[in-house]
Amino acid sequence: MAEGIIQVGPLGTVTATVLLGIVAVLAAAFDGAVGARLQGRRTLSGAAAPVWEGARLLRQRRRTIVAADSLLWRIGVVGLLVVALLKVAVVPLGAWTVADLSVGVVWFNAMDVMVWALVWLVGWGANSAHALIGGYRFLAQALSYELPLMFALTGPAIAAGSLRVGDVVAAQDELWFVVWMPVAFLVFCAGVVAFSVWGPFGAAAGKDIAGGVLAELSGVDRLLLLAGRYALLSAGAGFAVALFLGGGSGPFAPSWVWTLVKTLAVLAALVGVRRLLPVVRPDRLAEVAWIVVLPAVLLQLLLVSFVVVQ
Amino acid sequence: MSPVLDAVFWVLAVISVAAGIAVFRVDSMARATYALAVSFVAVGAILLLLNLEYIGVITILMMVMEMAVMAIFMIMFMGMNPALMPMSMVHNKVGSLVLALGVFVVLAGGALLVDWPARRGEPAGDLTRSLGEAVMGSKMLVMLTVSPLLFATLVAALVLATPRGRYDRFGDDLRAATPRGPGEQGDQA
Repeated sequence: MAEGIIQVGPLGTVTATVLLGIVAVLAAAFDGAVGARLQGRRTLSGAAAPVWEGARLLRQRRRTIVAADSLLWRIGVVGLLVVALLKVAVVPLGAWTVADLSVGVVWFNAMDVMVWALVWLVGWGANSAHALIGGYRFLAQALSYELPLMFALTGPAIAAGSLRVGDVVAAQDELWFVVWMPVAFLVFCAGVVAFSVWGPFGAAAGKDIAGGVLAELSGVDRLLLLAGRYALLSAGAGFAVALFLGGGSGPFAPSWVWTLVKTLAVLAALVGVRRLLPVVRPDRLAEVAWIVVLPAVLLQLLLVSFVVVQ
Repeated sequence: MSPVLDAVFWVLAVISVAAGIAVFRVDSMARATYALAVSFVAVGAILLLLNLEYIGVITILMMVMEMAVMAIFMIMFMGMNPALMPMSMVHNKVGSLVLALGVFVVLAGGALLVDWPARRGEPAGDLTRSLGEAVMGSKMLVMLTVSPLLFATLVAALVLATPRGRYDRFGDDLRAATPRGPGEQGDQA
């Protein structure tokens, strides 16, 4: 077990779940507020919009579709939230963590690969052409973002000499990894946005295909998927803080406060990116990802390895 | 092992076998693929029970990724796309049943009947590290042989599958200012 990291009991799991929920709702409220401001509506009404939308979806009757593969569809819909929660299990909040796995970094990676299957299942299950195209788009996009994301995760692990998230946080006592691994940090953040089907990497749920994987979702299913996206963004932001931004380190306040503050700051940037950048076509992304981004991350890794060996 | 871990093992073992059977009982390509994924995930979780954390998690990672991609390939390459319709997942039922049962009996019987030797030596303290050292040290030759082969296969498959590469879009010397769109003059696709 890493020094200074305390594994909490069952009550900690409940706390982590509630915290993830709160952070995800804040992310949705922030997105709503920004959207309202840009349209000249009152900011507060925009911030409250996700709550009303949630209430509306809870009351909405589920749309039924002929020959839908309900089992796989539901698995995909529920799965995103579950995966986000499993990711948060290895993210330390200050000195506490739900599961102090010796391979926490790989665990996070395995969970974000789960998203490949889940988003495709959401697309497949609906028995609808637009949804299925959305599912295919996501996998095409996944082929572009996953390898850079994996190598970005490798950087902090090499520098800390450990796959345990607690060790990675402890290794940043003197200098945050973001300072000398800016490329890995940016690529990781882009990866988080990509596996959350969000903003520039939201082609799988694009308006041009009637909402793609979201096209046939209604009622509580739709609510779960939308919430799952915000939860994935939140979990990714939390992991970025642990991996690159020194976890809970900071002056004056206790470490759990710093973890939350930094997570919310990263999350705001990730959510806001949706308003700044257009949606990237997955096939165009492939070229940039493999010819520019991948070599850039590898160079970053070379630099990290060089510094570590020195 | 404690009774709780015993119970977890048995639950996972039953899930992996049941999901494996489901692969051949369901009538849709997608369900068969993801039943196989569930089976592999259960096996990965069993590896976690053996304290092989890295191998266990990486098995889950690789298998889910593989199945996600495999589902697409299966559906893509089925003639006339019956993959989108309900269909049987088995052919040559008698032959494959005999083969499967035979292999299972041989492997399971072997595992149960073999006189397993007692453990010599101790497991390394950090199994992930010792695995990395083995791969990067004594097994380096194997890795060096396998990885270029795999890589060459990947590149060759991509080249064969790509309808329009960058030479189609930017010209033979890659100097075109704007890429040619699909179906424009000079485009082979």
